[in-house]
Amino acid sequence: MSQAAELTMEKHYDPIGSRIGMWLFLFTEFLLFGGLFLLYAIYLNKYPEEFHYGSSQLDQFVGAMNTIILLTSSLTMVLAVGALQRDRRKLSIFFLVTTFTFGAAFLINKYFEWGHKIELGIYPGSQELTQHPQGEIVFYGLYYAMTGLHGLHVIIGMVIMLFLLYFLLKKSHRALSIKSNQIQNLNGKRLLLSDETGKKLWKSQEITSEVTGMDVVVKGVFTEEQLKSSEVKLENSGLYWHLVDIIWIFLFPLFYLVSM
Amino acid sequence: MSDSVAGSLAAEKNFYQEKTHKGILAWLLSTDHKRIGIMYLFSMLTFFLIAVFLGFLMRLEMLTPGETVMGAHTYNSIFTLHGVLMIFLFIIPGIPAAFGNFMLPLQIGARDVAFPRLNLLSYWFYLTGAILALLSLFTGPGPADTGWTFYAPYSLRTGTNVALAVMAAFILGFSSILTGLNFITTMHRLRAPGMSFFKMPLFCWSLYATGWIQILATPILGITLALVLMERWLGIGVFDPVKGGDPVLYQHLFWIYSHPAVYIMILPAMGILSDIIPTFARRTIFGYKAIAFSSLAIAFVGYLVWGHHMFTSGISDTSRMAFSFLTFLVAIPSAIKVFNWLATLYKGSIDVTPPFLYGISFIILFSIGGLTGLILGALATDIHVHDTYFVVAHFHYVMFGGTGFVFFAALHYWGPKMFGRMFNSKVSYIAWGFLFVGFNMLYFTMFVLGYMGMPRRYYDFLPEFHSLHVVATVGSWILIIGIIIMFVNLYRGFRYGPRATMNPWGGTTLEWKVPTPPPLENFDKIPEVKHEPYYHPRNQEERQ
Repeated sequence: MSQAAELTMEKHYDPIGSRIGMWLFLFTEFLLFGGLFLLYAIYLNKYPEEFHYGSSQLDQFVGAMNTIILLTSSLTMVLAVGALQRDRRKLSIFFLVTTFTFGAAFLINKYFEWGHKIELGIYPGSQELTQHPQGEIVFYGLYYAMTGLHGLHVIIGMVIMLFLLYFLLKKSHRALSIKSNQIQNLNGKRLLLSDETGKKLWKSQEITSEVTGMDVVVKGVFTEEQLKSSEVKLENSGLYWHLVDIIWIFLFPLFYLVSM
Repeated sequence: MSDSVAGSLAAEKNFYQEKTHKGILAWLLSTDHKRIGIMYLFSMLTFFLIAVFLGFLMRLEMLTPGETVMGAHTYNSIFTLHGVLMIFLFIIPGIPAAFGNFMLPLQIGARDVAFPRLNLLSYWFYLTGAILALLSLFTGPGPADTGWTFYAPYSLRTGTNVALAVMAAFILGFSSILTGLNFITTMHRLRAPGMSFFKMPLFCWSLYATGWIQILATPILGITLALVLMERWLGIGVFDPVKGGDPVLYQHLFWIYSHPAVYIMILPAMGILSDIIPTFARRTIFGYKAIAFSSLAIAFVGYLVWGHHMFTSGISDTSRMAFSFLTFLVAIPSAIKVFNWLATLYKGSIDVTPPFLYGISFIILFSIGGLTGLILGALATDIHVHDTYFVVAHFHYVMFGGTGFVFFAALHYWGPKMFGRMFNSKVSYIAWGFLFVGFNMLYFTMFVLGYMGMPRRYYDFLPEFHSLHVVATVGSWILIIGIIIMFVNLYRGFRYGPRATMNPWGGTTLEWKVPTPPPLENFDKIPEVKHEPYYHPRNQEERQ
């Protein structure tokens, strides 16, 4: 086994690093929306009456419902992270699926809300909207741009959840990967798998020069490290989902409640 | 230097010999920071040379009054393309993506960046953006003619292929964000034992400050360009005066990114110079912390000065005065750097090698560019020279004379380490002579032209400007001869030249302590850092 022990590649895995990376990414998201909020602030100041009128034409009930849905989905996301931290994988999967469902519900609501407005002929570039005062055109321009971009983020968040489900459901994992120069040291040798008493469990064929890479795949086992890595992945996706939520918390009053 | 020869002849394979895939895929699928850095370098140099050629065409057009080689519309497209290629494909990714990728992990004693796969992704984004930018030339109704700034409302109305060019810039922005994010995390997590933040080479500090600008400013450009696309495709009306939008807001948002972006371009160049000067003055840097903090100060104050691009766009007097004041402030940290470099040179044993010569040209050219920047930042004078050749000259002095020359210096300084071979120094000096003379002839003339009132972005001019335009155009030829000599020399050197030693320049930072070219994972054993980065040992024993 001494030969195999030398093979153990130092796998670079840094949970703190990936958290830093995620937070930096969130900053960029805040600034992305920041540009839009800046535009909103300036145009609200320029066209207060039109913005209030436009806002009163939106459906506050649907908006409030979507707010509740997203806030609850943030809760289930936290519960999913918490469950995984306590090593309860199945519970975590359950909460993740719940969060996903809430995300879908939000989008369905949004679909009907937008659909209704579009039926009335109110969408950017429409005949109907050009008849309205300038302030309203800008209001709806911002409305579609901001809620649209937010909706896109909801969709991205849901796709990320699908990836996480895949990671959490995966039953086998690559324990070891040997590539390029390490493999050359093994040329003409055999790999041996034995237990701690030295009893032979399995012996490989001779490794020829044609072999350029080798993976050791463990099936049916869930290692500590893999759990840890899924945990950080889930935590980071959770952060992303909360960002989506926070942005909505600003969008909701700005578009639906500003006339009240 | 006898120890270094042994290093380069070590049995260990260098990273060029370690391939994960065959053929070109060994490059395109590699997550090795060195391979990615070299891919960036070659892609960028390609676009740089194309853009230089476009610049040459523009100067040719200005040789005689009236139409010389092209009409007004072609001229508009060409200056747009020259700007887009130079800014988005060469100088913004420029030093961080090419030299930063290659050198940052080596300089802080790491095996790679924090997220190697993300690093490759950011190169793919770069490539996608570049391909889109090129496609925009040959598809649809013809290349964009808006200038690289894509100002609304013209960019919303023009029939040319603005959408594709804007999309290219948007994707390139992503690439830039990912690079910045990766570098910051790398510096926080992967410094070698003993290397505190204040023992990092100053190039790393400048990349750190640049990374923050990339992260905090680029998204604003992203949303602005996304809005231009939505405006063109859907007509949402936020920048369109007919629909109640305000085009001046476009300018605000655009410059909120694009002014900090000029610091993305210049800061890494200042960082490289802070590495080159102590190497060739054979002494440690003067005012390490002052230089490090001035990078952060530039990054911070640079964020707040965007309004000085809009003094004539109709913003209020109060904001004009505030922006003018802040613009003066940002000159201070730049000046701090210049004085510290000069103080480092004072009583140093200066060795005028090609990297050093190209490097210190920065101090001269950047000082001219920086001081004329103050003329532009002052309200009264800006009104006179706004949108004239004075502005063109100013930013070419800062960007080309500053960043461009340091880019060339870095090619000479780190090239032997990256490619393992040495160039011919004598030819480098000759090339420098052509570059320096041609550069000043071309751009200093533009200061005079601008001061006399020659407006930028015109394909024609009044007869009284003729003689100066001839001087500038001849200058551009000399400059291009210099560029050709330099690149031919570097190419021949790095391809066929004598093998470079481990530390040809006597540098003190960690990249000189690995074999040339470096092995796949850089360090056999992660080094332990005991000294500050520019510690020059005084006696032979310490040098071992």
